Amino acid sequence: MDITGRKLFVKALQEEGVDTLFAYPGGMITDIMDELYRTESIHTVLGRHEQAVVHEAEGYAKATGKVGVALVTSGPGATNTVTAIADAHYDSIPLVIFTGQVPEALMGNDAFQEVDIVGMTRNITKYSVTIRNRKEMGRRIKMAFHIARTGKPGPVLIDIPKDIQTQTGDATYPEDVQIRGYKPNDTVHIGQLKKAYKMLKSAKKPVILAGGGVRISNAEGLLEKFAETMKIPVCTTIMGKGVMPSSHPLYIGNCGMHGKYSSNMAIGNCDVLFSIGTRFNDRITGDLNEFAPKAKIIHVDVDTASISRNVVVDVPIVSDAALALEKLLEWAEPMKTDNWIKTIAEWDKENPLEMRRDRGMTPQMIMETLNDTFKKGIFVTDVGQHQMWATQYLKIDKGSMLITSGGLGTMGFGFPAALGAAIGSAGKTPVVCITGDGGMQMNMQEMATAICEETPFITVILNNQYLGMVRQFQQLFYGKRYEITCLARHKGCKADCKGPNPECYPYVPDFVKWAESYSAFGCRVTDIEGLKKALKDAVRSKVPVVIECMIQSEEIVLPMVKGGNPMTEMILK
Amino acid sequence: MGILKNRYIALYVENEVGVLAKVSGLFSAKSYNLQSLTVGRTEHEDISRMTISVSADDVTFEQIKKQLNRMVEVIKVVDLTEIPTHMKELLFAKIKRIDESQKEEAFRIAETFSTSSPHAVQVIDIGTDSVMLQSTLTERRNDDLVRLLRETYKHIDVVRGGSVAMEGISTSCR
Repeated sequence: MDITGRKLFVKALQEEGVDTLFAYPGGMITDIMDELYRTESIHTVLGRHEQAVVHEAEGYAKATGKVGVALVTSGPGATNTVTAIADAHYDSIPLVIFTGQVPEALMGNDAFQEVDIVGMTRNITKYSVTIRNRKEMGRRIKMAFHIARTGKPGPVLIDIPKDIQTQTGDATYPEDVQIRGYKPNDTVHIGQLKKAYKMLKSAKKPVILAGGGVRISNAEGLLEKFAETMKIPVCTTIMGKGVMPSSHPLYIGNCGMHGKYSSNMAIGNCDVLFSIGTRFNDRITGDLNEFAPKAKIIHVDVDTASISRNVVVDVPIVSDAALALEKLLEWAEPMKTDNWIKTIAEWDKENPLEMRRDRGMTPQMIMETLNDTFKKGIFVTDVGQHQMWATQYLKIDKGSMLITSGGLGTMGFGFPAALGAAIGSAGKTPVVCITGDGGMQMNMQEMATAICEETPFITVILNNQYLGMVRQFQQLFYGKRYEITCLARHKGCKADCKGPNPECYPYVPDFVKWAESYSAFGCRVTDIEGLKKALKDAVRSKVPVVIECMIQSEEIVLPMVKGGNPMTEMILK
Repeated sequence: MGILKNRYIALYVENEVGVLAKVSGLFSAKSYNLQSLTVGRTEHEDISRMTISVSADDVTFEQIKKQLNRMVEVIKVVDLTEIPTHMKELLFAKIKRIDESQKEEAFRIAETFSTSSPHAVQVIDIGTDSVMLQSTLTERRNDDLVRLLRETYKHIDVVRGGSVAMEGISTSCR
């Protein structure tokens, strides 16, 4: 029996096991919406802006390991998703985004709310396509889910013209799909792996550099076991934070632009670097000629194109992280690394990751309080200084997770992604959004979604009244000329303002009143005792909680490496 | 950056809307130096074959092949750089506002360029003060031809089709 496209759409989602759909309505998806009205097995979350809708799907996908699914309309609905799609593309988050499209007969006419969204998203998706006839609808949707979740995961966009949604056609949704141009790698070259193992085994100063790919392939346990058996210290990238428990004695810390001194020194001085699930982003490598200059480099990545792209490596291995580690574990034997580990510990003692404790509430103290309060938690950050402090000082041990926008660095990601994670976690693990006062204002409308979804989570805003990361650059390298980074600045301010002074205007918005206006709970804290008390209340709250932490305005993230410099040349004070 | 060399790829792709845009978009997005790109249907209606000519160093060229390979719509990437192929590019050149002796020179150029490959360059049209050449040399040899024409004549119009290539049967060189 034939069915309509809209019926097949719902059937496809059901067969893919989709139980939560993040959506925003519009003229070109009204038929699908009408079908969803009758579908009990799919819970539809109404966001308040399409960008946030897709960020919510990202947070949900990260927290659950499932494919995040979003549905928006054509035109502006579709274009609003672009930033979030690019974000998911950079950070390999499996998403399927459905966009409505004007009827086929109108396509190309510059019809009302028509855009070529497939053209716009071509290089920020793994795959994007307009369904051009009803016959191929089932196969295209099947392709979308298959491509999104396999290999190096990523976003897929499926554009469905309105007339296809109502046309009748084949009722079957295919069980599997063969795509002749898409064969994700599911094996590992044993010869290469043996070569890598031999190289690693012969090292005197080995280091493992683990990235987000380890978590994507659920290989955290294998990595820990491998490092333990071989006695090799581990550094992580920002995306890899948490793939090795932060409290593990073999864990050094994050490396890169705002990484730990000892991590960057370890990479700068190691003789074999075993890197897995990272693509050597410039924030990790700094000056490419000076990256791990003394080391032979082994690189395991599932994506062929990530290998020898930024850094030329000695042993490339195209493989899923878990698959490679499983094999390596069969051979693993302890190495004599005691002296090397001692050297790294000395570097750490020389320049530990530590902020002053003399006055006020520092970001480090805030993160430590969060560590004490949540033994297990899903921590979601936005982008900026608070993000760096979170990745430096948060403890992400077993059962905890860090969700952050690493590749694209999308301000406005944190709050909706945290909501998506909280919806996915469904109360099993507490969700804490750590954000800045700037990024918070980029998607704050989603508080309405959180309230309507009856999904409590805790948002900790580090308010320094600045767009701090850029201000830090102005502070250090541009003579404190704080152009367009002060969020308290008014038209009436002096032109040559060099920072906070008694004449400053009051900050807007009042985050406490704002939270209250949504019937959420809001409070402002100025010291650690206040934060501890607020968190104690917050964990029991049935509504979303916003805790605004007032921090020193000109606090900076240290250590730091200036863009393009070698990673061992760190600004420490 | 390594040494830039001319390289050739045969690319089998799905014959679908947007695939050409996706492939050509890759070259602009990643700043790869595309020399020419031709595309046409193969014996299978749902498969197109492209011949892509690029100028790149070793590392970049490896990356180009990998990036093409990971596209869902790309079925197969064949590196033609080192294997014997038949390769031709169609070129038309109109030489204008010339006198009789310059016309004769055009015929001589056509003849000389056809030495190694008979009739590769021919005069296919003629007017009172102009001639038109057709060339089916290789892309690189056409570069030479255009250079010479530019040096010899003031007023020329050139249109080129880009390389089309296929792996050889008995040939051992290009």
